[in-house]
Amino acid sequence: MEIDVIRQQGNFHVNASFRGAESGVTAIFGPSGAGKTSIVNMVAGLAQPDAGRIAVNNLCLFDADQHIDLPPEQRRIGYVFQDGRLLPHLSVHANLSYGMHLTPVKRRFVTFDAVVELLGIGHLLQRRPAKLSGGEKQRVAIGRALLTSPAMLLMDEPLASLDASRKAEVLPFIMRLSREYAIPILYVSHAIDEILNLASRLVVLEAGRVLACGDPEDLLSRPELLSCFDQDESGAVIKTTVDNSKDASGLTHLRFGDHLLKVPPIAAPRGTPVRVRIAARHVAVTLQQPRDTSFQNIIPGKICEIMDYSDAFVDLRLDIGRFLWARISRQSCIKLKLKPGQPVFALIKSVAVSLGISNTNP
Amino acid sequence: MSFWHLTDVEVEALRLSLWVSGCAVAASLPLGILAAWVLARLRFPGKHILDGLVHLPLVLPPVVTGYLLLVLLGRNGVIGAALYKYLGIVVAFNWKGAVLAAAVMSFPLLVRSVRLSLEGVDRGLEAAARTLGAGPLRVFFTVTLPLMVPGIITGLILSFARSLGEFGATITFVSNIRGQTQTLPLALYTLTQVPDGETGAMRLCILSVLIAMAALVCSEILARRFAARMKG
Repeated sequence: MEIDVIRQQGNFHVNASFRGAESGVTAIFGPSGAGKTSIVNMVAGLAQPDAGRIAVNNLCLFDADQHIDLPPEQRRIGYVFQDGRLLPHLSVHANLSYGMHLTPVKRRFVTFDAVVELLGIGHLLQRRPAKLSGGEKQRVAIGRALLTSPAMLLMDEPLASLDASRKAEVLPFIMRLSREYAIPILYVSHAIDEILNLASRLVVLEAGRVLACGDPEDLLSRPELLSCFDQDESGAVIKTTVDNSKDASGLTHLRFGDHLLKVPPIAAPRGTPVRVRIAARHVAVTLQQPRDTSFQNIIPGKICEIMDYSDAFVDLRLDIGRFLWARISRQSCIKLKLKPGQPVFALIKSVAVSLGISNTNP
Repeated sequence: MSFWHLTDVEVEALRLSLWVSGCAVAASLPLGILAAWVLARLRFPGKHILDGLVHLPLVLPPVVTGYLLLVLLGRNGVIGAALYKYLGIVVAFNWKGAVLAAAVMSFPLLVRSVRLSLEGVDRGLEAAARTLGAGPLRVFFTVTLPLMVPGIITGLILSFARSLGEFGATITFVSNIRGQTQTLPLALYTLTQVPDGETGAMRLCILSVLIAMAALVCSEILARRFAARMKG
């Protein structure tokens, strides 16, 4: 997909240009107010760019120079809104089939029963949207968009209005969906865990501009982009594989390079690729290998660089075979006389590791 | 003769009233929805003037509205003469004129409540329907209109009641002709002007109250049914 849009909205200026993957999930990440929703609305045809070009699978949806501007109903784009937007006067069944009936039969490649089965909404079909929980609403909204057999799916923070347990209920369906159907997905989010789970490509947006675009593991560990993320969220992403899905104490062991990382249990067989994200504030350092400690993960490495940009804290970039960030107080840094090149041990609590099963498309 | 036995004049007035009001409401509904849509959704120069014109009958004395109708739509009126010449339609001094007077007088009430419900419809739902492949017209009939139903019901009942009660514009425009333009209020007025008319007037008065109550109850039941449907 090719997206290149310019739009002035009051005082806010969007000028974004990027290429998304033709399959798999392209995530648009950025703080609220970065223009994420504006961009997906322009792709869907609900807002008009002042200039630019939008093309999906080589089909041009908008081109200012050639005066092409397909109306939303002709774009073949499924849109999952943050707030669901199910039609309240129709049953779940009628909501699901609303768009399906408007798609010519020969163009349909998604079947009703398969979607109902995939999303687990068979028992809800006769209900009205008002009687659904938040998670159920979002699953129906996803199904409804999918049933138009779209050339692309837009998902605008589909999980943002859900609490943690509802999120955990819907996320696996989105993961399955991106694997089972070869539909490219443009996924807007400001939650790093969702991106870890889903994205095969990441676009970082700030104040209407694209800061960076590329591989999520690379971008989520890059210090110059950290300011764009919530300060508490800065950290490193490491690609690992499951080594032992459940040890004697119930933890899962993940392998990267020569090291093992013990993390909360994941139900995935040995060899499954897993992305983990270790937030800087959850990593401590010591100069000697500690013996009696509650930290499950003690990994030797050395300091590469000391980033000094806030008053009370400094961020250390550690080399443990991969890069890792540690946020420690300035006082500790002075007391331990830390400097680049110094060997240290990184301490990571098991519970602090956020996990995402890597979404490798077949 | 018992109190409850309606005379021929009264029966005629009742049937005519229901017919005229029903026709007036049925004829003004599509136009009322269109006017409400234009006023709620479009921006164009002169919108305030259109808004004012629609609401004029609400603030003008009904006799003035009736006189204007007579001037415009009478046999010799600007529009009336053209209607007769090209379509052979005469509206002055017959039941069609009564329908027209009732429709004009009740139109602002219909438009107001329909417009209010239209403004309450979430544009986001319409946008969602567009992304599902529905064109603007389909979106209007499958999303917007169904969500406007409560306002439409209220508008229908209000304008029906207003039509039943229409007096001033009717008597000025189409006069008080038995069997043609003599609706309930006009018949009631006539009965109060003749000796021995009190019982008849009282019967028509009670009848009017009953019809109005029935209309209100109907609208309440319909509105509740709709709300229950939305809640699933």
